[in-house]
Amino acid sequence: MTFGSVADAPATLLLRGARVVDPASGEDAVRDLAVRDGRIVEPAQLPEVAPRVEAAGLIVAPGLVDLHAHLREPGGEGAETIDSGARAAAGGGFTTICAMPNTTPALDDPGLVAELAGRAAAAAAQVRWIGAVTRGRAGETLADLEALAAAGVAAFSDDGSAVPPQLLDTALARCAALDLPLIQHAEDATLAAGAVMRSGSTAVRLGLRGWPPEAELACVERGLAAAEATGAHLHLTHLSTAAALDAIRAARSRGVRVTCDVTPHHLALTDAWVAGDRRFAWEEPGDPDDGLAYDGRCRVNPPLPARDDALAQLAGLADGTIDAIATDHAPHPPERTLVPFDEAAPGLIGLETALSLGLAAVAAGRVPLPVLLGALSVGPAGIVGLSRGLGVGAVADLVAFDPAATWTVAPDGLASRSANTPLLGRQLPGVVRLTVAAGRVTWDDGTVFPRSTRAAG
Amino acid sequence: MRHLLDVEGWSRDEADRLLDLAVEMRGARVARERRDLLERETVATAFYEASTRTRVSFELAARALGATTVDLGIAGSSVGKGESLVDTMRTLERTGATVAVLRHASAGAPWLVARETGLRVVNAGDGAHAHPTQALLDALTLREALGSVEGATVAIVGDVVHSRVARSNLHLLATLGARLRVAGPPAFVAGFETWPGVQVAGSLHQALEGADAVMALRVQLERDAGSGIDSVAAYARDWGISSERLAWARPGAPLLHPGPTNEGVELTAEVANGPRSLIGRQVENGVPVRMAVLALVSGAVA
Repeated sequence: MTFGSVADAPATLLLRGARVVDPASGEDAVRDLAVRDGRIVEPAQLPEVAPRVEAAGLIVAPGLVDLHAHLREPGGEGAETIDSGARAAAGGGFTTICAMPNTTPALDDPGLVAELAGRAAAAAAQVRWIGAVTRGRAGETLADLEALAAAGVAAFSDDGSAVPPQLLDTALARCAALDLPLIQHAEDATLAAGAVMRSGSTAVRLGLRGWPPEAELACVERGLAAAEATGAHLHLTHLSTAAALDAIRAARSRGVRVTCDVTPHHLALTDAWVAGDRRFAWEEPGDPDDGLAYDGRCRVNPPLPARDDALAQLAGLADGTIDAIATDHAPHPPERTLVPFDEAAPGLIGLETALSLGLAAVAAGRVPLPVLLGALSVGPAGIVGLSRGLGVGAVADLVAFDPAATWTVAPDGLASRSANTPLLGRQLPGVVRLTVAAGRVTWDDGTVFPRSTRAAG
Repeated sequence: MRHLLDVEGWSRDEADRLLDLAVEMRGARVARERRDLLERETVATAFYEASTRTRVSFELAARALGATTVDLGIAGSSVGKGESLVDTMRTLERTGATVAVLRHASAGAPWLVARETGLRVVNAGDGAHAHPTQALLDALTLREALGSVEGATVAIVGDVVHSRVARSNLHLLATLGARLRVAGPPAFVAGFETWPGVQVAGSLHQALEGADAVMALRVQLERDAGSGIDSVAAYARDWGISSERLAWARPGAPLLHPGPTNEGVELTAEVANGPRSLIGRQVENGVPVRMAVLALVSGAVA
């Protein structure tokens, strides 16, 4: 299948006989889906000359939205750029990605937001910006949140660290006035000090300093109390423990305005991966492959969860406690991960593997497909004020993928500039055939179409 | 055996075979035989943490078998200029080293070198994780003192949490059939209730009572590990091993310590230098155990 002939203008095409899964409307049906001049139309409204593609076996869903990506521009362009990150997004089925502000310099200045938005205009995905909560993300004084909001940021976060308790109430109150969410990296710095992997029997055996789950819970509870007091929208990102989800359920029942996300790797991977195990959370535990132990690419913040917590998060996704799956795409060059485990830069790439890991969880019976696709599109879209859906009249923003096809994760096959993931060499289900972002084709069966290509064409 | 990274997961046969080979090597060393066994090998010692006895013991073991030895002298090398561990080890390999004996402050560092280079890697201590040759020489010392480790109760006392010696001993002594107790202030044994087959004793008395052998660990005064206890004096008061306390163990039960000792802290000078101390034997067994390890890792002995 190729849509190359339609890639340089607002898309016009017909997908014949696809399984259309639209979490916005609850639809899950096999039918034709038509796009004309970048909008979804009735198939009868398509001109005769429109490309018609046999799409039987493909699933069509709203374009994926990532609340949490590190694009490393400015300051870390060796690992990723806006352009390469957006290409990775298109290949992974994402049409909008939110760029975290922990760049160098930090995204705490409206002028920088405007400049980056200009650079992103030609990217292969829509990029939204998350402004820093504190100046330089230093946790000392608040940034000019109102000016950042005027520059168009979608939310605020000091991701990489939590907004400290003494600033949290004020920050949330100002976010509430701006009607923008505050995205909290939920980690108590004191409780987590020096930790490099999840606490528990594996950390004890490996001789690595353990990260106690209380480090997350303490920060989550503080955040929930502050959100309750201010009425602000608190979004808790990359959660990793069952206890945090329980606290969120309780807060919601009191009416606290809180949303949350988990990453694909905190759903599918476990702390046993640090010991060399390569089984997914839902697979029966067994002996790890000792030769793969201490891979720096398994270091992440928060650390890969205990198996029980990963299973609790899968359940929390299935029951709706978790609003979104966010990638926490964190590219690093090899020299920062090909080092002893406790020296490795935390984080792994995720834009190109998120959908596949989710589909693996679906195949294992842990999450219904519409729930997965909702958590990757409609759920996160709502948190940052975007809409997603496949209804007639909507701007065409969608992904079409083959859930039965598989691919093998390899550095050469990734659009990201970095390949720091312990999934290298792994065969995963789900191949993205087509991505249409804001009415334009950005990915066509292996080829990326940044908007700059179209402008030239 | 391509690398010696850890003794975790070893079978009884593997452990016995290595210890038997060490005994054989001890005789060969005395008789000045087998001096050509490793003549094709270049053994590089790369100690990213200070050590005297372990490094010297590896060098002597390598030379006793005819290997060329080189010490990386980390302090004066390009490591100080920020070269990464992997780059340094790749350079070492290109210059002709065949075996790397690595000590590093980071748990797992030898796994990285084993994956990323063609060197055969011997772990001489990685962070708080493993110190397999220390455990092997401890096992040999205990086997010779007790006749057999099978069924013996061994009490390990001290900063278990930060101790690679303790972890490797827990693996190897379990393989050899010992019953294991650990003991120390709460911060020094935290998490070890999850270690299969190990009993966390609530007091020194509980740990030592009826034990067939006692292993005291070094209180690492030079690391911030000491922050887990109230004070060194309090540690000595509650957990220090004196002759009177050693009497809680089985009569004649030997005492081990990986060295260097802090006399007056984890044990008294009287115990360290007394008739039940095996500390000298442990040091003596270091060279033959490392000869056996190098012979196996280099493939000179199948």
